[in-house]
Amino acid sequence: MASSIDDLKSAIKKALPDLDMVIAWAAGPDPLSHTPLFITEEADIERIEWDPRCSQNLAGYLPGLRGKKVGIVVKGCDARSLVELLQEKLIDREDVTIFGLHCTGAVDARTARKALGSLRGLESVSIDGGTASFSVSGESKTLPLAGVLQKKCFTCTGADAEVCDHFIGEHGQPPQVTDIPATTLEELQAMSMEERLHFWEDQMSRCIRCYACRSACPLCVCQDHCAAQSREPHWVDQTDHPREKLMFQAIHALHTAGRCTECGECERACPMGLPIMTLKQALNLSIQDLFDYKAGTDPDQAPPLFEFREEEKNIKERDW
Amino acid sequence: MPTARYIANDKLMPWLLSLTETRQVLAPVQAGGQTLFAPLTADSQLDINGLADASAKAALLPRCETLFEFHYSKSEGIPSKTELEVRETLPDQDTFLFGARPCDAKGFTVFDRVYDGGTRRDIYYCTRRDKTIVATLACTDPADTCFCNRVGGGPGDTDGSDILFTPVDGGYVIEPVTERGEAFLAEQPLVEAEDRKEEARKVREKVAEAMPDEGSLGGAKGEVLELFDDKEFWGDVTAKCLSCGACSYLCPTCYCFNMTDESNGDDGVRVRTWDNCMSFQFTLEGSGHNPRDGKAQRMRNRIGHKFSYYPELHDGNLACVGCGRCIVHCPVSMDVRAIVAQARDRALAKQEHAND
Repeated sequence: MASSIDDLKSAIKKALPDLDMVIAWAAGPDPLSHTPLFITEEADIERIEWDPRCSQNLAGYLPGLRGKKVGIVVKGCDARSLVELLQEKLIDREDVTIFGLHCTGAVDARTARKALGSLRGLESVSIDGGTASFSVSGESKTLPLAGVLQKKCFTCTGADAEVCDHFIGEHGQPPQVTDIPATTLEELQAMSMEERLHFWEDQMSRCIRCYACRSACPLCVCQDHCAAQSREPHWVDQTDHPREKLMFQAIHALHTAGRCTECGECERACPMGLPIMTLKQALNLSIQDLFDYKAGTDPDQAPPLFEFREEEKNIKERDW
Repeated sequence: MPTARYIANDKLMPWLLSLTETRQVLAPVQAGGQTLFAPLTADSQLDINGLADASAKAALLPRCETLFEFHYSKSEGIPSKTELEVRETLPDQDTFLFGARPCDAKGFTVFDRVYDGGTRRDIYYCTRRDKTIVATLACTDPADTCFCNRVGGGPGDTDGSDILFTPVDGGYVIEPVTERGEAFLAEQPLVEAEDRKEEARKVREKVAEAMPDEGSLGGAKGEVLELFDDKEFWGDVTAKCLSCGACSYLCPTCYCFNMTDESNGDDGVRVRTWDNCMSFQFTLEGSGHNPRDGKAQRMRNRIGHKFSYYPELHDGNLACVGCGRCIVHCPVSMDVRAIVAQARDRALAKQEHAND
């Protein structure tokens, strides 16, 4: 990625004079995760970082910056969020300048922290083939990808930003993760309904209701006016019961059905490590079955629940 | 006379479990890949290697506290009249909180000044506080994001604790901090270890000395206040903020709450639940007007409260204990230390400019 970062910096330098800002990543206070960087002056460009610690999906900032000329740096999965935002007309294509990259996989700071132990002296992180290398005080520690990457990377469908104005570096394949543990969705599918409810009640008992999942979701457009905190209508009460908290997750998942590109921000942002993307993955499977549709792939298609057809190809209502 | 005691590593868990016979023991345990404070049981995986992912604050300020229960019924005499019955619900459980870190315990002193502030005593908080023994574990391996030493604390401090555990070779030296702590320890079958106090003191001293000293974040209350109207500053520092509540809810000092009635038919509860100033609803007025309608104003309040308004009201004590959880768990890696430092630099630069 070393050459990519220089190319990225020069491309941004060239574009910046015509833009209000460019959003990229810079070194963060935690050695395992970088932080979004809002570039408005050329001097900021030097702070840009690009490696597997660039975990945040920056696309979520765009709807809030509508009307401004914004440059944005995206990985493959982030670009799928852009596609969805464009389809839903939440951003204007002509106002956004996209710098696309090939991603070798994004580190899950929470699991990597546990796998690595002390982070003191962590200098760099790189991914090559099936392993991640962490350079700690001059020494290299190598770990298998299944132990350090975000779960979404295990099933990555495209590591290159498909929609972009400037593609930086070389195209490539998704990370080759071996020994992938069973996904939460697979585990749940093997359970009875009762077991599933028990699973979720157990998980949701840890939820602290910070709504980081919602705030980090690039497609959660209600934000300040979310049903979770509304008293009228009173969909969710404020008691600490896991079912109330699961109710909010159900609302979130249904609001993103057929829209969610599985960027994984909800799960990454959750400080309690709840496997909440699973709910969206389950709905996406249904969407795929019913409508042959995969969110975030084609800017010219409309999300299925945005349209009405008298007869759907895969839903034989007349035969019911 | 307070005495130090000692417990060997392998005796710790059995001893903690023996306490569960008479009280609830809250301790950091493994829960779904996280380390969280939860009631200890024989099946619990105690995890005291580092800082728990969430602070220990729920021990004294639960996420959801039932203030009272109520029930509506038709009046027997006059059918058009409704009777209301209210039942008091006060916490009644004795608790031993084990494995809070010095920052967690110091957070309780921030609550004490508010909820047990002389003329105004919050009965729910004070009852819990009285029923809870806080046994703190001195830190031996502060993380990169720890900064207790920059906000008036330290990795071996005892503020807010009743008992202090210090890891030593083979086990822990246990020292009483308060009379309550001593009274509790006196009833426990623990080995006396006055002779190992010095060893424990040295452990704490070594850890404190090894923490990088990057300067105090205290004493910035004037500077932060000076930037109250500086929209550009708050806009810049919050550009990446998502305005979620992760920082507040993991914070050992954030104590704001919401109160709602949640009813089901004729029965209901009034609950007090955590609230946070990063939420749009926090200052939303009945008229629909919101004096803090953007994340910049909300973060200004968050920083202002911790580093300016609270110290102004409470003898210069900050409402930040430097645990760094807001940094580690922030989805976009915001850094509270950097914001305070930047605020101070900016205010000083403005002052200099005014003097030019």
